Amino acid sequence: MRWGAFFLVALAVAALIFGCASAINNDYVFFAGYTVLQFIVLATAWNILGGYTGYVNFGSAAFFAIGAYSTVFFYKFYPMPIPVLILIAAVISGLIGLGMGYLTLRLRGAFFAIATLALAVVLQTLIVNWNYVGGSRGAYIIRPSSVDYIGSYVHYLFLIMLALAVVALTIAYAIEHSALGYGFATIRDDELAAEASGVPTLKLKLIATTLSGALMGMAGAPFPYYIGYLQPSSAFGLEYAVNSIAMPIIGGTVSWAGPLVGAILLGTLQQYVTVTISSSVNVLIVGVLLVAFVVVAPNGIIGLITSIARRGRRERKPA
Amino acid sequence: MNANLLEVERLGKRFGGFVALDGIDLAVAAGERVGLIGPNGSGKSTLVNCLCGTLGNYSGAVRFDGRDVAGLTAHQRTRLGMARSFQLPRPFASMTVADNVRVPLLYTVNARHAPRLTGEAVAARAAELLALVGLADKGGQFPRDLTQVEMRKLELARAMAADPKLLIADEAMAGLSHSEVEDIVALLIRLNEGGITVILIEHIMRAVMTFSQRLVVLVSGKKIADGSPSEVIRDKEVERAYLGQ
Repeated sequence: MRWGAFFLVALAVAALIFGCASAINNDYVFFAGYTVLQFIVLATAWNILGGYTGYVNFGSAAFFAIGAYSTVFFYKFYPMPIPVLILIAAVISGLIGLGMGYLTLRLRGAFFAIATLALAVVLQTLIVNWNYVGGSRGAYIIRPSSVDYIGSYVHYLFLIMLALAVVALTIAYAIEHSALGYGFATIRDDELAAEASGVPTLKLKLIATTLSGALMGMAGAPFPYYIGYLQPSSAFGLEYAVNSIAMPIIGGTVSWAGPLVGAILLGTLQQYVTVTISSSVNVLIVGVLLVAFVVVAPNGIIGLITSIARRGRRERKPA
Repeated sequence: MNANLLEVERLGKRFGGFVALDGIDLAVAAGERVGLIGPNGSGKSTLVNCLCGTLGNYSGAVRFDGRDVAGLTAHQRTRLGMARSFQLPRPFASMTVADNVRVPLLYTVNARHAPRLTGEAVAARAAELLALVGLADKGGQFPRDLTQVEMRKLELARAMAADPKLLIADEAMAGLSHSEVEDIVALLIRLNEGGITVILIEHIMRAVMTFSQRLVVLVSGKKIADGSPSEVIRDKEVERAYLGQ
């Protein structure tokens, strides 16, 4: 399937989801659905760097927050419609992703992860001390109550995040089925052999950090409108960093479907637990699931399914 | 008119206080088969790494195809036509054997030619290369399922996929059996007859003697002999380095 066809199918599925959610016509469905969709975008974005090239980014929350705070900045400076804000956030966080890639290009493994975590801390300190965007007090965003043609503002935000999820998944799919995907995988497997095969590893790493950062920023841009009040500790929340790593790992990191499955599963579970038990159990659930999957299915749900399918094929063959 | 494909001039490399390579001069003509031998730790692999750009920061000059390659990264040198196989096979573990060979086609051959190969052409060329090294029926398998000799052949096929002018085979036969060594030597000679200059780094003397038209000996980072194989192995200094006194 070409990526164009994938895009159309994803668009059709998204339209179906929006249709179903509208049929239920309960604002909570949109409210909870937005969070799950946001994690689909974040997990897919993380996976472009972490899954495809094997560079673990612990600073997802920073990119998410850059997106959110660029919206806060422009809300005060010169209000613009959300789709424009998303594009601006993509440019800013993409550039910061590029910068992070340049600064950390010699670091691998755990050292890269620590450096990205440090980036998050530095950026949070900057935001806390920047009065214009609210500093540590936080900033209020007053959202309009309704939007033309769509109705409730939550429905509008849901639709935007749905579109972003389609875009993110299509990008991931297109990468996987192109020379770029091969190049990313060679970086994950063996950088020395990749260079010897003519793969410009540095350039590809920078493409990955830029793309991944830009998509995370895009996921964060509508967030202030969703939450209404943004403070540094919620934008830089640990849950974003942890979830965007845990979801691809639980779903499977080698294909676009992994982060999607992981985000739907974990995101829905967290929403359910938040309502029925308590929101603080969330992190516990992520931790337990992460440990369980690393032990039982290190390649995630998608990896588990493909290995079962392969074993089945092999057993049928000799008969 | 310069017929030499590779020219190395006073190449030196130090690791801290340790001199790994000390003023190596080497010229390799186009189409030649050169064997490079030397005891363990004599600097053979360091030389390969300097030639291929894996290690930078060396002194002296490396000219390839009439061009000084100083400052070029490993992938840029590969694109110029310098391919290598690794001493320990380094396959892309998460990819199938066919996909391993596809990588240099996508990233080296396609970067070189203006009309890019289509997906079908890449697949066909990959199959052709696997057939050349005798892995035609292994394309769908993963590197972990290959035997040691098959892994070496994959390493060569992947180097060949870059369509090189010069192939540097770094101990492509270590740990292989008698017949497997002959297999690989025959393969390398076949590649050479196809017009590729080959530098073979090897410990197995039988293989080196069959293969090489010229033999270069490194000892402790210095070149101590360079000439026809039969002369070089009678050289007193070479004997001393290998057998002691």
